[in-house]
Amino acid sequence: MSDSTVEPPPRKLRSSLAPSDTIFRLIARGGGGLVLLITGGIGIFLAYQAKPTLQTYGWKFFTEQSWQPEANQIGVAAILFGTVVIATIAIAISFPLAVATSLYITEWAPRGLKKSLVAVIDLMVAVPSIVYGLWGFFLLQPWIIHVSRWITDFFGWIPIFKVDTDPDAAVFDGATYASSAFIAGIVVAMMVMPIACAVMREVFEQTPRGEREAALALGSTSWGVVRAVVLPFGRGGIIGGTMLGLGRALGETIAVVMIVSPLFEINWHVLQSGSITISSMIALRYGEAQGSQLNALMAAGLVLFVITLIVNLIAGFVVARSRSGAGTEI
Amino acid sequence: MRTLPSTGPRYEPPRPGSNGASPFLPPLPSSRTPIDPPDPIEPVEPIEVEPPPEPERRKLRVVDVQDRASLGGAALAGLSLTWVLYSRILPTEGTLGFIVCWWLSFTAFYLLLTGLRRGRVVLADRFAVLLAHSGAALVGIALATVIGYTLIRGAPALMHWNFFSQDLRTAGPLEPLSTGGALHALAGTLIQITMAIAVTLPLGVLCAVYLTEVGGRASRLVRSVVEAMTALPSIVAGLFAYVVLLISFGMRLSGFVAAMAISVMMLPIIARSSEVVLRLVPSGLREASLALGATQWRTVWSVVLPTARPGLATALVLGTARGIGETSPVLLTAGYTTYLNLNPFSGPMTSLPLFTFKMSQSPENNYISRAFGAAALLLVLVLLLFAFSRWLAGRGRSGAR
Repeated sequence: MSDSTVEPPPRKLRSSLAPSDTIFRLIARGGGGLVLLITGGIGIFLAYQAKPTLQTYGWKFFTEQSWQPEANQIGVAAILFGTVVIATIAIAISFPLAVATSLYITEWAPRGLKKSLVAVIDLMVAVPSIVYGLWGFFLLQPWIIHVSRWITDFFGWIPIFKVDTDPDAAVFDGATYASSAFIAGIVVAMMVMPIACAVMREVFEQTPRGEREAALALGSTSWGVVRAVVLPFGRGGIIGGTMLGLGRALGETIAVVMIVSPLFEINWHVLQSGSITISSMIALRYGEAQGSQLNALMAAGLVLFVITLIVNLIAGFVVARSRSGAGTEI
Repeated sequence: MRTLPSTGPRYEPPRPGSNGASPFLPPLPSSRTPIDPPDPIEPVEPIEVEPPPEPERRKLRVVDVQDRASLGGAALAGLSLTWVLYSRILPTEGTLGFIVCWWLSFTAFYLLLTGLRRGRVVLADRFAVLLAHSGAALVGIALATVIGYTLIRGAPALMHWNFFSQDLRTAGPLEPLSTGGALHALAGTLIQITMAIAVTLPLGVLCAVYLTEVGGRASRLVRSVVEAMTALPSIVAGLFAYVVLLISFGMRLSGFVAAMAISVMMLPIIARSSEVVLRLVPSGLREASLALGATQWRTVWSVVLPTARPGLATALVLGTARGIGETSPVLLTAGYTTYLNLNPFSGPMTSLPLFTFKMSQSPENNYISRAFGAAALLLVLVLLLFAFSRWLAGRGRSGAR
């Protein structure tokens, strides 16, 4: 078979961009580059500004409790501790509520009510934090100090619930219980709950119908469906949503400023007045800061940013890795 | 059951010229042969067919009257027990404690009553359902108090028209609510958020277009940096603007600096959500446009962006709602004043969240009322923005094919 037709050489395809496209691409690249410059610039700028502080104080920056720039004592130990404590309290309160609410919306809410409930949760995400702060300070605090006192009365033998006050005093000493990390934690919980709830709900909604129905056909109750199908499927969403909420809780500023009374030492007694977080410390101290003190604030801000960044990255990783994320592709 | 139609469409024989042609022209040669009209259909009595006996529908829900009764009964029993023990016998008092004890005894009674009739599996189910309902109710009550309390405490200030028409220059802490207002804060908020939108919307959408349409090696880096920056705490964004613009560049506290601080916070949020929206545009539309010979620029401008417009609008509005309520960046950069200042480039310019914060720090009741008034106003603004975004999203969905 030698007379096979000679294959013609393939035509050379050459495409060149239209002039308008060249400009378009240039502009788009420029936009992307500018956004990269601005957003990435913050991180680099923070690191650059924080460097002198970290160099001067070294490891002591993370172990020193007090923040007294005038006495040359600067450290984030107490501030970091307060930040973590308030965020932990917020997550401990918001996690069960978020799971219960998102399960209620996906599983048990009446069909007519469901859409509005979803809208309400989305709305809660958008409520400004100052509104939550006012609510916490003026409405919640006068109530919660009695709860704090009750917890101290009955569980005061657990060290973290202890409050340094005379429990048998004739007059109830409300000020000792006010402005505590516990109250700030509750308010922050109110703020992060909707975020966590929205993420969880979205993931729960994507549970495959077939698996739900299979569980029902095997005779499981509605809780059985949730336990056997929805929760395992949505585990990534639960962890991811909680982590996202944690990221918000760590960075929350104004509600914490309104509620806690600043105290620059490690305070294990969460029900007792006095705590501090990185963000509220920045909000309180930026005005009187200059030069190296400003650098110290930037260093504290960098620490906060790195923590929230790690938390968010883990959240994104967990959500993307889990099976739950697979359903979102369109 | 099928019945023949009693009145069907009558067949009419074609008349010359009835098929759109002029009667004066010779009829077009047609391959059709004229058809005789069929006999008119006689109306037929509908034939009664017994419907097949439907299988009795199985009840999927296993909640019967007794279950409902045990729910109500448990609530009543819990209330009575709590009243007797909590209010009468034990040395306890307080509304919150009463409600908690009621809930606990209600749960105990309910589980007991259910356990008497049903097995452990159903018991666990009922308990889980009860917990989920209680959690959701608690969240609902909390949200209702947040919004209701703000609006109720804010109402006295909002009732006065001067709250919207005057600034606070003449009203000291002791002045009644009938003088002075929050006009300067409202104007400041609107100016600052407008400037922030003017910066973030083009940049954010351009960045999203770059990420989805142009791409390239650097786009991964841009995407991960933008994603990482959505984690930026707002106070750090404020501190960044404070240090760069105020300390390094020597600017003064002003609305412009505040708008830049808000922009720094909003930019990653808007860029990221716009990218998500642009990714949802079906690639078939893009390819169709390119196949018709459109340039990439034309495709993006006339196909991709219009398709994504409702989604982009929603992303923008939600980003705006975030930016408008954020206090901490403004706290560092805007400066507090009681004067109405419409020029964002000179002089401090207060915004609603900052006004609320400063007023709420005061011990005077009138100032606190004003704080709640401003907070209520802010809340209403956010609610409006939110409703607007819902409307946009709904319109986009109904318009989509």
